[in-house]
Amino acid sequence: MATLELYDVRKSFGATAVLHGVDLALNDGEMLVIVGASGCGKSTLLRLIAGLEVPTAGRIVLDGRDVARLDPAERDIAMVFQNYALYPHMSVFDNMAYALKIRGLSRDDIARRVRETAEMLGLGPLLDRKPRQLSGGQRQRVAMGRAIVREPKLFLFDEPLSNLDAKLRVTMRAEIKRLQRRMGVTSLYVTHDQVEAMTLGDRLLVMHQGVPVQLATPMEVFERPATTYVAGFIGAPAMNLLPGVLCQGGMAVDLGRGMVIPFADGRRDGVDGRKLTIGIRPEHIVLAPDGVAVQIDLIEPLGSETVLIGRMDDGELLSVKVPGRAPAGEAIWVSFPAAMLHVFDAETGLRLG
Amino acid sequence: MKPHTDWLAHSILCTGVALFVLPLWLLLAGATQDGGAIARGELSFVPDLRNLGIFWSVLTDRAPGGAPVWRMMLVSAALALAIAFGKIVISLLSAYAVSFFRFPFRMLCFWTIFITLMLPVEVRIVPTYAVMANFGLINSFTGLAMPLIASATATLLFRQVFLVIPDELVEAARMDGAGPLRFLRDILLPLSAANMAALFVIVFVYGWNQYLWPLLVATDPKLDTIVIGIVKMIGGDTVTDWNRVMAAAVLALLPPVLVVVLMQKWFVKGLTEGDK
Repeated sequence: MATLELYDVRKSFGATAVLHGVDLALNDGEMLVIVGASGCGKSTLLRLIAGLEVPTAGRIVLDGRDVARLDPAERDIAMVFQNYALYPHMSVFDNMAYALKIRGLSRDDIARRVRETAEMLGLGPLLDRKPRQLSGGQRQRVAMGRAIVREPKLFLFDEPLSNLDAKLRVTMRAEIKRLQRRMGVTSLYVTHDQVEAMTLGDRLLVMHQGVPVQLATPMEVFERPATTYVAGFIGAPAMNLLPGVLCQGGMAVDLGRGMVIPFADGRRDGVDGRKLTIGIRPEHIVLAPDGVAVQIDLIEPLGSETVLIGRMDDGELLSVKVPGRAPAGEAIWVSFPAAMLHVFDAETGLRLG
Repeated sequence: MKPHTDWLAHSILCTGVALFVLPLWLLLAGATQDGGAIARGELSFVPDLRNLGIFWSVLTDRAPGGAPVWRMMLVSAALALAIAFGKIVISLLSAYAVSFFRFPFRMLCFWTIFITLMLPVEVRIVPTYAVMANFGLINSFTGLAMPLIASATATLLFRQVFLVIPDELVEAARMDGAGPLRFLRDILLPLSAANMAALFVIVFVYGWNQYLWPLLVATDPKLDTIVIGIVKMIGGDTVTDWNRVMAAAVLALLPPVLVVVLMQKWFVKGLTEGDK
């Protein structure tokens, strides 16, 4: 139970700067998911908070105390690792009890707390087993138990589900969310999986090349991505990003091919001719007989819906998601609903309005 | 597999076994026979079962060189144990330092240890003797054991073991609040137990079989190891009692064989088991 604040946290390894100043504030009991492609600095950020790395600059304040230079043991933070990092020679019970033993709790207290946690996670019958006798999902559960039993101020999850198969991942995802809600422990969860990010987080932090790009609720990030990077990263299949220019005194965008779409939400600044990037999600594109022609290259049926990937007459790629089966024929005609457009500046990639 | 290749494999194996067992059998048989007959070259393959008492008498009587065999075996055992435990402790700690800590000249330390691999005891025996003499450790048990304890091989072995321990495990222990000594005791020691056992076997046999260094550094008969003792029983002024020499050799074989047999399972595990 704690709040966490980061002030201009920076990290360089030698001459390579990995984090270029991160500011962040976590509310008590909140689950914040940090998402980004590999190498964006999200794991480094987590390790800085854990105390496994020392920041080059900045403050990390946990519950009002600057912990940036403290040893991990003094921070009261628990972490769940990607490969679980269970002690291979210890039983499940000992794995969970280890941190408590080091803290000098009495034998009875340790046994009670470990058993309670084990019951909660359904690990009761497995307490005497060694990690190698457990399945992937069970190991994952033990790793969680080891973190929970400590009753820490803060939970850190470092891509905890990426070693599990797809089905188990969905189950464990729901379980993590339920547990975190129930325990109300402030949590940071790092992942590169956008589905995990969307479903687990109270808020999302999207990172790109060592810089936090957007911090908002998952739906906000999805509905109003702050940059073209976020727009392309969140959502599957990825949002279509097309070049366009401002026209009609800032009231509409000209996408070429005779497509001039007026903005549904008002005027954008700038002179006519300003270069824009227009985003539209594949599922928001509608089929229209009088629309733009798209030659279909690839059909990906997903069951309840179908993703069509094709090219417009000038070779520009476009993906379209339609409900049900793919329409017959080698071409489709589509139009872009004005209300579904995302408008970005072509130079900076920043959202306009 | 075809029957005739089976037969071939067996015959090769049997030849191998014979090559190894025959000398030992001769040793065992010879010990029970008359010393004079052996000296004349009339060694029989059949042991004389009436003379089995020779082993007890060799073990307890004073040998021509000085101390009785049981005493020399005790010195050997103490020496082998001291070397084995000393080596394990020193190598474990130095490998721990080199593998898990960042300190100035870390790689220099590592390479210095590594280079000593190229300098076995025999090569550095004169300077080592000089050092021991300056310390006043000639004719002492410490002087006997200490130079044989330092070991690059064992340090490298442990370093390899430590290298495959995942970083996350170290980090998990740090998050759990384990300090360096605690991590060594609770995590590293149990994880390298099999390797320690394997090393113990190898080093015990190595220590037991030492000849040149004990010969040089300890002239006091009280510090005679069994290997030295056997050599002293041969030749000299008196006629060599070959049967007694053979009996002593058989006795000298027992402890290392016992160690290997008892720790066989661990030994194989420690040398073959890669990832944990």
